[in-house]
Amino acid sequence: MIGLGNLCRGDDGAGLLVARRLAGRVPAGVDVLELDGEPAGLLTAGERVEAAWLVDAADAVRAATPAGTILRFDAGVRPLPAPVFAAASTHAIGLAEALEIARALGRLPEHTVVYAIAGREFGAGDVPCRPVEAAAGTVADAIRVELARYRAASRRIAAARGSWEREARGDASRVQTGQRDGGET
Amino acid sequence: MTGEPRPAPPPTGPPAGPDRVIRTGLLARVEGEGTVRIRVRGGRVEAARLSLVEPPRFFEAFLRGRAWTEAPDITARICGICPVAYQLSAVAAMEQIGGIRVDGPAAALRRLIYCGEWLESHALHVFLLHLPDFLGHDSAVALARDRPELVRHGLALKKAGNTVMRVIGGRSVHPVNVRVGGWYRVPTRRELNTLVGPLERARDLAAGAVRLAAGLDFADRAPAPAPVLVALAQPGEYPIERGRIVSSTGLDLPAADFDQYFAEEQVPWSNALHSRLLPVAAGDGRRVDGGSYLVGPAARFGLNAPVLAPAARSVAAETGLGAPETNPSRSILIRCVEMVHAADEGLRIIAGYDEPDRPAQPVAPRAGVGYGVTEAPRGLLYHRYETDAAGTIVSARIVPPTAQNQRRIEEDLRGVAERFLGAPDHELAARCERAVRDYDPCISCATHFLTVQIEALP
Repeated sequence: MIGLGNLCRGDDGAGLLVARRLAGRVPAGVDVLELDGEPAGLLTAGERVEAAWLVDAADAVRAATPAGTILRFDAGVRPLPAPVFAAASTHAIGLAEALEIARALGRLPEHTVVYAIAGREFGAGDVPCRPVEAAAGTVADAIRVELARYRAASRRIAAARGSWEREARGDASRVQTGQRDGGET
Repeated sequence: MTGEPRPAPPPTGPPAGPDRVIRTGLLARVEGEGTVRIRVRGGRVEAARLSLVEPPRFFEAFLRGRAWTEAPDITARICGICPVAYQLSAVAAMEQIGGIRVDGPAAALRRLIYCGEWLESHALHVFLLHLPDFLGHDSAVALARDRPELVRHGLALKKAGNTVMRVIGGRSVHPVNVRVGGWYRVPTRRELNTLVGPLERARDLAAGAVRLAAGLDFADRAPAPAPVLVALAQPGEYPIERGRIVSSTGLDLPAADFDQYFAEEQVPWSNALHSRLLPVAAGDGRRVDGGSYLVGPAARFGLNAPVLAPAARSVAAETGLGAPETNPSRSILIRCVEMVHAADEGLRIIAGYDEPDRPAQPVAPRAGVGYGVTEAPRGLLYHRYETDAAGTIVSARIVPPTAQNQRRIEEDLRGVAERFLGAPDHELAARCERAVRDYDPCISCATHFLTVQIEALP
């Protein structure tokens, strides 16, 4: 889980607020990172990541929603709506662009979820507004639920895959045995 | 050539047509936020202005009343790309106040972590922000789709730089290990040895990038008047974390004299202060006219090329790059050469590293004024602090490289706009955007977004 933003720039710190709420409260094997540089850092942040949850700020005006509104996107499936993110990004390579570069390079985890929290004040020295702080708590809770569901689903898939592989091995073994038997006859 | 702004051409003839204002979308691939506004009157460029928002002004106020030991960590927050530059300019100033000088392995580690920052910052700009301009792509995404191997090389270089910053600084973004007097903890030799492989690979990739950049087409770039170059210089070494301030006009001064030779002034169209040279006598007695000046890779290279690391010097010579280089677009080539230098210099430092007995020298607060200058990836970064006897910061002043280059960028923009005035609006806007990107104006230190507005008046 990666929270993006800059807490010195008001509502831009939304992603970091979520990361801090989740730190130490996620299952083993899940890393919680704060990325307070540019989103291009995502491209070198980690390799062999199975699934990712990202939280960033969006511009309330561009997103045409009140501050504190929570938006959720399945970025693993389709690109982010670039204008919503570009407008609130404090960076040269915006989040949407960083994810598309990762996709082009085959580095984007298939399961990539992006939460955006709409903010309105991004000035130096601003503090996050109350609706954004409240939304950060809601997003943190939502991600914990998603993490639990994802892990449960992963376990079911792993169990099913193991069963299938055992079955496949058994079939192969039977086939080989059959061939050998056949060869002998 | 002083770089003095060219006067606006006189108005010519009657109005040529109705007023019109052309606005492009957000300018991507520039680190920051701001606006380029080109005003055309009567078929002539009347004004070329770059407006920037400049967070250092906020931080200067925020630092007042804080402890002197907090300056490195607070100022690191100004920029997510070059936090080390802010940290090391801050500690240099505070150590001057404290009356100590950090040397030996602790100083070498500072140079090493700075090499990491140069690598990650230059790799970001070269491969993701600047290179698409030369290869016919409108974004790094398009470049990644067309030439994924190039973007992978860029990311490998960036990662090598980030790794150096993480191993020495504790984190790859906003390192937390720098302190007044030295370090909180110094890495072991074994930890530094883990950097050898990534830096060797980075040096090879950077040399490849130099050769790639040398083959790019720079022919259609509007020429810019030769600028006054300003950079640090230090005998026998390419300037990174220390040195005296020198210029192509003969200046040679300590950081403490910065205010006597450079001034910042408010302009109505930008929140950022514009820097300019004050008219003063140079070291040899000549009068140096005030005006714009250039800091950053082209200035560093122009004033210090002979002391580049051998590997960087060699590959620069191989490609015919000579100092000074006055085509602003060819700064991409210099950034690539500086990446070779940063990797090679990093390897040299690691090879000679002896773990110091203690990570930091004791230093006590004192009332005083201190100055720190270092070479951020984008150029000279100046800090000045005044503290009271308890070490509380009374005043702070920070002059980032982008503010220093702003006037110069505007002069260049005017030339680009004049040369391509007959082009369609979208092409003219694109030319202006490219011209700004040639200077790699800093994102977080200076700006967020850059929009281009072409205003055509009768």
